[in-house]
Order: sequence, then structure tokens, then C-alpha cells
Amino acid sequence: MRNSLTPVALPVLAIAAALLVFGVMVAFAGVNPLEVWTLLFQGAFGSWFAWQNTLQRAAPLMLTALCVAIPARAGLVIIGGEGALVLGGLACAVVARSVPLPDGMVGSVVVCVAGALAGALWIALAGWLRQFRGINETISSLLLAYIAIGFFKHLVEGPMRDPASLNKPATNSLSEGLRIGGIAGSEVHWGLVLGVVACVVLGIWLRWSASGFAIRVVGGNLRTAQLVGLPASQLVIVACALGGACAGLAGAVEVAAVHTNANASLIAFYGYAGILVSFIARHNPIAIIPVAILFGGFGAAGSLLQRRLGLPDASVLVLQGIAFVFILASEALRDVDWKALRAKLAQLAGPAPQAPAPSPVPEGNTP
Amino acid sequence: MTPDQWIALFAGIVGGALRVGTPFLFVSLGECLTEKSGRINLGLEGVLVLSAMAAFAGAYLGESAWIGVLCGALAGGLLAALHGVLCSLPRVNDVATGIALMLLGTGLAFYLGKPFIQPQAPQIPALELGGWSSSPAVQSALQINMLLPLGLALAVLLWWGFTRTRWGLLVRMAGDSANAARALGYSINGIRILATTVGGMIAGLGGASLTLFYPGSWNEGISSGQGLIAVALVIFARWSPLRCIGAAALFGGAGAIGPALQSVGVGWGYHLFNTVPYVLTLLILVLTCKPGSVAQGSPGELSSR
Repeated sequence: MRNSLTPVALPVLAIAAALLVFGVMVAFAGVNPLEVWTLLFQGAFGSWFAWQNTLQRAAPLMLTALCVAIPARAGLVIIGGEGALVLGGLACAVVARSVPLPDGMVGSVVVCVAGALAGALWIALAGWLRQFRGINETISSLLLAYIAIGFFKHLVEGPMRDPASLNKPATNSLSEGLRIGGIAGSEVHWGLVLGVVACVVLGIWLRWSASGFAIRVVGGNLRTAQLVGLPASQLVIVACALGGACAGLAGAVEVAAVHTNANASLIAFYGYAGILVSFIARHNPIAIIPVAILFGGFGAAGSLLQRRLGLPDASVLVLQGIAFVFILASEALRDVDWKALRAKLAQLAGPAPQAPAPSPVPEGNTP
Repeated sequence: MTPDQWIALFAGIVGGALRVGTPFLFVSLGECLTEKSGRINLGLEGVLVLSAMAAFAGAYLGESAWIGVLCGALAGGLLAALHGVLCSLPRVNDVATGIALMLLGTGLAFYLGKPFIQPQAPQIPALELGGWSSSPAVQSALQINMLLPLGLALAVLLWWGFTRTRWGLLVRMAGDSANAARALGYSINGIRILATTVGGMIAGLGGASLTLFYPGSWNEGISSGQGLIAVALVIFARWSPLRCIGAAALFGGAGAIGPALQSVGVGWGYHLFNTVPYVLTLLILVLTCKPGSVAQGSPGELSSR
């Protein structure tokens, strides 16, 4: 009972606490917290328009979160998803520009695969550096992200720039036939389906396939993995490549479905928000889906907070930061033995006169 | 290029090493102190951005650059203290907490800093050391941030403290062998929280020199990952405060190549040259790290070595 409830209850409580603290914060800015919470909900899930906006943002979040989650299951903390995303977008634009592609499905698939490959190589490099050169992957993946962003800006503002893009440097736009459209005429593009499918497939793979299990063994106990003769280095690099491919795909989809060309708006913190999503989902690919939708919703509501209440656009960033802190802090509560704690409190409160009646606590008492 | 341009380029790089290197020096000293106590603070990036904003706001509202410097150090210390306390909870990982604080610190800075993007705040006065030269390029290169001597003194002080004082020994003991410190009856968490907080205050001085000296204004792109590079810098400096000075100067110089080239009219590859510090860090890590071995001088209790 308890083991099945805590993994859900703790994050939910943490997010609730974060919303509470955020409410107190905006109250200091002279804004009614109730209004903020209502607007957050309305802007995220209040209407079909809001849902479209939310789901559009959730799609890249799912993919960048996978870039954290899959390596995390192999025991790595990769935080450079932003770099893989940016390179994926760049690869998508470059391939669309330099290779004559057939319009329609095939062409779209090719540009997406190009993006995924670019991302996969980039994060796999971080995994390789860790396994064969002993470099901490958290730092190297982040450095690689900065290098990728510099490279992206160089190409977009230099050799790959579309001369027609005057104020905002951008590459040539993808031809109409290569773009990814909306599902059934809505604003929500097929990237969402890609994100959900990736989460489900990778979740099933990790849980039920032999290679997925091997990766979890490597992440859980390296010594055991070595004793049973698992190729730890290869598995780690495969995990990194898979994660990177997801983030690269996110970049390609953003270019093909949203921006239509590669420009600086691609660098939109999705890679960093993905870290948060993955941690809340406890690196479980299936759990990433709802968490990404929730945080996509917060992102969508951000502009509404700005327009209606005059709060800075960074409010959502603050909310994300607070949520992250609470999520991590809630980990400390995971091992608390509530029964023992209550007994101790009861003892402190003085000798209880009545018989130790089972108090009505909904969870966690069945041993 | 003409000789004058070469001089301008060279002066630009040296000047950059001094100007851009100053924040690097403070964050790497802060990170060095934190890591000596056995924890990694990836959240220094958030600390840097928040303290940069706080310093600017303090200087603007208090109408004195030094009030700003104080505010920067306090804000940095506060956020770092949160890191220290969070990491002391059971089952809380310091790398993940660092990422969270990076997000929280930048978010808070952007949120609170919105009103301060336009105005001008009083700046930290410069030490003019270039009076001997007639070249304006050299003169402007040798305008030194008044905080730089403080940073150098701090580096020496930390080095002396680590080797010669009781406090320094305690910090190193908490970082090298928590069990030894525990056996002697000291609180590991207490020492680490204190070291992290003071490290955050030192890093806050780096934030102050960003907004109050160079570039000298507050905007949302003020830091480009200096707080994170600090972690790599400390590895490069092999956890020695004195070697942090050289590392910071090297990285400052590398970061100044792009702007210096642009100032003499070479616009090509501006963004590529800006990635030089990151490439350099990666190269240094490739050259200094060996798989399966521990870097020389690394504190024994660090979670990710």
C-alpha cells in the first residue's frame, strides 16, 4: 500500500507546496494569489485553446526529459539536453536545405532522423568521455551544450543564414511539404504523438527488455554489472545516444513544426526544463508524460500571467525552481517511518489514556 | 594587421583576462571552498546570476557601489546556504540540488530584476594602472576592477587558511574523511553548510563585479555559464586556491579572444571564439582526467569525482 502510494503522493505534495510558496511570493508583488492560481489553471487547461498551447509545449519537454531519464537509469546525470536539441534543430534545417528531399511523409521522417542522429552523437560523446576518459558527464554535457549553442549561432548568423532574414538571423525555411502539421487541423502538431510514443516505447523497453534491464543493472550497481559480465561502457553509451536522439528529435520537430527554420528562438530552456520533468517523474519514461503536460501547462500559462497580472515572464521559471527544490527535499521524507514517528509523538504528548485505537490515517500503516 | 592592431588585440586579450577573469576568480574560489568541504555546488551558476542582480539593485537603490557589493555577497550566501541545508537532508543528492538552485537562482534574479534592466547604477571605481602607456588600448585594458586585489588576497588567505589554521583543517577533514571528523565529534553537516555559505558569498562578489564593473549593467544574459565553468576550473586548479588565480586568468583571456578580435575589426567567427573557454575546459579535462583514477588533490568525499 505504502510503497505504491508514496511515489505519487510525494511529488503531488511537493508541487502543491511549490504552488503555495509561489502564491506567497506573488502576494508580496501585490497580486492576489487566488487569481494567480486560477489563471495558472485557466492558461494551462482552462480551454481548448489553452490545451493546444499546453500540449504544443509538452511535446519537446517529453523528449528532452527522456534525454535526462534514459542516461539516469544507466547511472548518469546528463544535463546538456539543450545542446542536443539545438543541434537537432540545426541538422534538420541543414539537411532540408542541402539535400533534395521528396515532399510529404518521407521527407519529414528524413529531417527528423537527421535531428535525432545529431543529438544522439552529441550526448553519446559525453557518455564516451565519461567511460573512456573519466570525465564527469554532468560537466562535460553542459560544456558540450554551450559549444553546441555557439556553433549553432555561428552557422545561423553566418554560413547558413538566409539572406532574406534581416532582423532575426535564420536559416532558409523548410519547404511546405517537409513541415510537420497539426493533428486533425488543430495547433497541436504530430510532435506530441512522437513524444508520447517515445516515452511509452522507451518505458516498455527499460522495463521488459533484456537490454533495458541490463542498463538498469549498470545504473543500479556497476559492480554487479561487471561481475555478470555486462558490457557496461557500451550500455552507458547506448543509453546516452538514445537520450540524445530524443532531445535531437525535439529540436528537429520544433523546427519542422513550429519555427519552420532554425533561429535563436529554438534556444528556449526546453533542455533545462526537461531535467526538472525527468527528476519529478523519477526518471520513469511513462511518468514523464503527465509531468511534461503539467509543466507545459505552466509554461503556457506564463504568458497569461504576464498579460493579465503584469507579472514578469520569469515567474514560471521561479515556479519551476521552487518546485524542483521541493521535489528534491521531499526525497528526504521517502524513508520516514510514519508509524514510528506518530508513536513517538504520542509518547511525547504524554501517556495516552485510551486504548491505542487505530487512528484514521489513510495510507501507510499496513506493515 | 598593422602593429597597432596587434597591440590592440594583445591588450584586448590581457584586459579581458583581467576583466572577465575577475568573476571567474571569485566563483572558482567559492567553489573551491565548497568542494574542499566535500560537496559540489553546481548551483553557483544560480548564485552568480542572483548575486549579480542583487548587487546591481543594491547599488542602484543604495546609490553606492559598495552597498551593492555587500548585497551581492549576502544574496549569494543566502542561496548557497539553501544548497547547504538541502544537501544535509537524507537522500538528497548535491548534483541534483545544484541543478535545482541553478533554475531557482536565475528564475528569482529574472523575476526580481525586471525593474533594473534599464537604469544605470553607480559602478565600482577602477584602478588605473595603464598611465605609463600612451596607447589608449593599453590604458583601457589596464583599468582594473577594485575587487580584483580583494580576490587575489582572498586566494592567498584561503590557501593560508587551508594549510595553517584549525578552521581550514576542519573543512579539509570534512571533505577528505567525514568519518574522521565525526569521530572527533564535529558536525559534518554544520561544517559543510558553513563552507557552502561562505563559498556562495565569495561567488557573490563575482556576481557583483559582473554588474558593477564589467559589463557593468544588469540584463538576463549577464552570465554565460561562468558558475558552471567554475566547477571545471577547480578541477583544473586541482583544488588549490592559488592555482585558481592562474586558471581564472587563462579562462578570462580565452573568453576575451572573440570580443578582442571584433574590436580590431575581425567579425568572423565571433560566436565560435566565444566557445573557446568551453572547448578549453573540455580539452583540459580530457588531458587531466584518467579513467578509473582519482584526480590528484581531489577531496575524498566528493560524490562525483
